[in-house]
Amino acid sequence: MLVARFSTAQRWVHRTLAALMGVCMVTAAALYVPAVSQVVGHRIVVADVHVICGVSLLGPLAAGWFFSPSFRADVRRLERFVPADWQWLRAPDRRSGRIAIGKFNPGQKLNAAFTLGAILVMLGSGLVMKYPQWWPLGWRVGATLVHDLLAFAIVGLFLGHVWFAWKDAEARRGMRTGAVSRDWARREHPAWAAEEPAEEPADG
Amino acid sequence: MGAEGTPVGRRVVLGMLGLGALGVLAGRPVANALAALGRHVPSGLSGVVPGAQGFRFYTVTDEPTVAPGDYRLSVTGLVDHPGELDLRSLAALPQTRLVRDFQCVTGWRVPDVPWTGVLLSDLLDHVGVSDGATAVTFRSFDGVYTESLTMDQARRPDVLVATHMLGAPVTRAHGGPVRLYVAPMYGYKSLKWLGEITVTNHIDAGYWELRGYDVDAWVGSSNGRGDAPV
Repeated sequence: MLVARFSTAQRWVHRTLAALMGVCMVTAAALYVPAVSQVVGHRIVVADVHVICGVSLLGPLAAGWFFSPSFRADVRRLERFVPADWQWLRAPDRRSGRIAIGKFNPGQKLNAAFTLGAILVMLGSGLVMKYPQWWPLGWRVGATLVHDLLAFAIVGLFLGHVWFAWKDAEARRGMRTGAVSRDWARREHPAWAAEEPAEEPADG
Repeated sequence: MGAEGTPVGRRVVLGMLGLGALGVLAGRPVANALAALGRHVPSGLSGVVPGAQGFRFYTVTDEPTVAPGDYRLSVTGLVDHPGELDLRSLAALPQTRLVRDFQCVTGWRVPDVPWTGVLLSDLLDHVGVSDGATAVTFRSFDGVYTESLTMDQARRPDVLVATHMLGAPVTRAHGGPVRLYVAPMYGYKSLKWLGEITVTNHIDAGYWELRGYDVDAWVGSSNGRGDAPV
């Protein structure tokens, strides 16, 4: 018995964003870690790819927002904490299914917010680094610091994201195929499972 | 879902934007402190600790390139014997080795970099400086980047026309085949892709100096920074 979790559009937003973010992280390593820099070389090309992929991160998000009602609906779900979310954060047995969590748990909500915030801050600080002549000179130092520190936080978040996905095959299946088992939905997202009929979301 | 609940997501995003903007506008002292801290980080970790890692490659141009065999360093201006030096002529001059830090004005510092080449002072002696010369200007061989030193600064025993760094010929990314290394000053003085040295009687503000950096770029006492001198 399956429940539709992510539409085709949402899964493509996730895939595209993941691919672009992956290229950003690999090129970042080639720009930042001296040992990797020396092996990879081609610094100007690598920097251009990094910048182009970084700016392109907005593409799938904008496409999802403007063209996919299911994406927009989930953004609204992710944005807000309901009372059950606060309860879940404090509960030692948060994975028991006792608390009526909706389609996303508060960890996923924070992850989504942090990801969007990180993309925007990386874009802003990256712009100052890319065109230092447009800004007061001191900004370049600050932007470099912000870009570096946030990059480390993003790597941490990425590892956590992969870790949670690694541990939960059913969650991965939801993002890969779009559907999850009703049992999993009842256990991890009981309030959502209760409201969700067993069918595909409307838009593609 | 409507508007029930607390807009935590929006607050997180706006909070991050605020912190990010604050960091850009006021991050300089923090970056300086981290750079100071970075000097105490074991070298094995320095590649992964922010502010403590190795070289970052900045260039205001596409990295210019020249085959080592075609390289010529032009020395002109107020000198007795103007002319061009190829790599062989440079290698024939007295060689000096320095092991000194490289400090960038944006905060990063690479400790104990080995540099080898010809002291600018020895090069100036080789071509003979004319009376009335008070300054030396430098230009990259693509013509884009310029720098200058007073004659006293140029004569210091820690100002090198470097042909080797990190134990090998200077790579293209590091400004090879020949670059300047001005140990006691911020990295923007250490012009990469050195193509032309002109002995003159006045200081011309260099590329970054025209854009706000100090002409006298002493590490620790210029550009509003407090780094330990090199």
